[in-house]
Amino acid sequence: MNAGIDVARVRSIGALYVAESRISAMLKWKGIIAIVAIGNPLFYLIAIGIGVGVLVDENSGTSGTGGVEYITFIAPALLASAAITAALDEAMFPVIEGFKWRKLFYAMNATPITGPQIALGVFIAALMRVVFTVICYWAVLIAFGVISVAQSWDVIPVTIFAAGAFAAIIMAITAKVKNDDYFMTILGRLIVMPMFLFSGTFFPLNTMPTFLQPIGWISPLWHATELGRHFSYGYSLSAMMLAIHFAFLLALLIGGFALANRTFTTRLTR
Amino acid sequence: MSETLISARGLTKRYGDFTAVDAIDFDVAKGESFGLLGPNGAGKSTTMRIIAATSQRTSGTITILGRDPEEHGPQIRAHLGVVPQQDNLDTELTVSENLFIYGRYFGLGKKFIRNKIYELLEFAQLEEKRDVKVDTLSGGMKRRLTIARALVSEPDILMLDEPTTGLDPQARHILWDRLFRLKEIGVTLVITTHFMDEAEQLCDRLVVMDKGKIMAEGSPLELIKTHSTKEVLEVRFGSDRNKEIAPSLRAICSRMEELPDRILMYVEDGEALLEEILNRKLHPTTSLVRRSSLEDVFLRLTGRTLIE
Repeated sequence: MNAGIDVARVRSIGALYVAESRISAMLKWKGIIAIVAIGNPLFYLIAIGIGVGVLVDENSGTSGTGGVEYITFIAPALLASAAITAALDEAMFPVIEGFKWRKLFYAMNATPITGPQIALGVFIAALMRVVFTVICYWAVLIAFGVISVAQSWDVIPVTIFAAGAFAAIIMAITAKVKNDDYFMTILGRLIVMPMFLFSGTFFPLNTMPTFLQPIGWISPLWHATELGRHFSYGYSLSAMMLAIHFAFLLALLIGGFALANRTFTTRLTR
Repeated sequence: MSETLISARGLTKRYGDFTAVDAIDFDVAKGESFGLLGPNGAGKSTTMRIIAATSQRTSGTITILGRDPEEHGPQIRAHLGVVPQQDNLDTELTVSENLFIYGRYFGLGKKFIRNKIYELLEFAQLEEKRDVKVDTLSGGMKRRLTIARALVSEPDILMLDEPTTGLDPQARHILWDRLFRLKEIGVTLVITTHFMDEAEQLCDRLVVMDKGKIMAEGSPLELIKTHSTKEVLEVRFGSDRNKEIAPSLRAICSRMEELPDRILMYVEDGEALLEEILNRKLHPTTSLVRRSSLEDVFLRLTGRTLIE
């Protein structure tokens, strides 16, 4: 028996070892991750801020955006959307890869590491990518003077929390997937894209026809965006709405983990 | 009698109506090289996953390293090295990164793993590939790396599921040589294979499995002795004539297997039988006298060949 083996240690911090391996793999893509994290806000700010934003501000003033410039209005929404996209990348691909493409999770599970630890490790690594993305995005927004440091620092943890909730539920759903071809097409084109368009990102949700508004209500992005606006420029939210937004995201986080833990275990131990 | 590391009684695994493993009994002793031989779908891999403490049995009992895998999965897995049928290396990482990360999953210290990596790369003959991405390795190298990875924790039992399937003959021989070295230094091996030559080379003792059941058990030599004859005469008359001639052959040999392309005749003295056939003017197009192998044992036990 190898005396160096430490089962108790793996039991308590095994998820960190999984996260460590995920981050090693992620660092192989560090150039691309950095370019996306910085390039994404730059392009959006230039295109929307200078292009669309000027058009909106000149034609309707700030009446439609609750008294702020259009760029200020959409900045927290774009931040939330970038965070959620990063979460999607790191919660979906590694899970498909782990169960199907390269079966890495089966390799991990052949050691003292358990299914729930793999789920938590993948989640922690995804969250690291989200943190990096959010901080880069926020820094660009500050650099361009779109929001102020004093007023908006707390948008960072709130957005990270929202993206984390999204990562948990995506991880859980992806773990159930057997046929990844259809899944990615449906998730990408029929869920994520409409979510981006109908979650009050570019215009307030209540300006949409009532029958379309429920898309926003169930969209994590809308909840993240509303919170982001509240914490970045003081967009007013009632105490009840604040609670609802947080509760919705918290439910995704808890529900996502409960489902992921179960699915990871059953799929690995079949 | 040396220490028993694995002990299964009535071990059964069902998936719905399908019984993958059907009430099998076996023991594996410390230092032994134990094989599960059988065709695809015989239940070998399922048995391996149960021993590896990842798949839960449906019924029966099994203890691995003195523990029940249902309750002590992680503790058991901490002392196993698993080489799955399909390499599941992290192909984006380098050779040494794969070994390092895997060692961490056992809670091993960084220093221990770094030292171990040198030793393992030497063993796997991959020293020069240390900082190369796994993606670029050949199939044989990947297989050796997977075995090296399984050894990072100095396991009590090394489990290999079809270790050389899909490798070219040269890569197979290199791998057999490596595994033989492990056997020599007393590592307990559990191997599944559908190659009889592999089972003969590597296993001290094996069970022949078919349709979830154990058909026979023993050392390769014992199995051959019990279930086959000393020699086998293989004759071919061309696929059309094989059937036609078989009855006349039956008259001079009590045990025969007719395969689509050839007829196998089981005897103690192959040359003498061949002479008898030639005397009777039955002129086969080709003939071959060889020693009995595990393939013949399997054919005898199941009426089917191992690789179909």
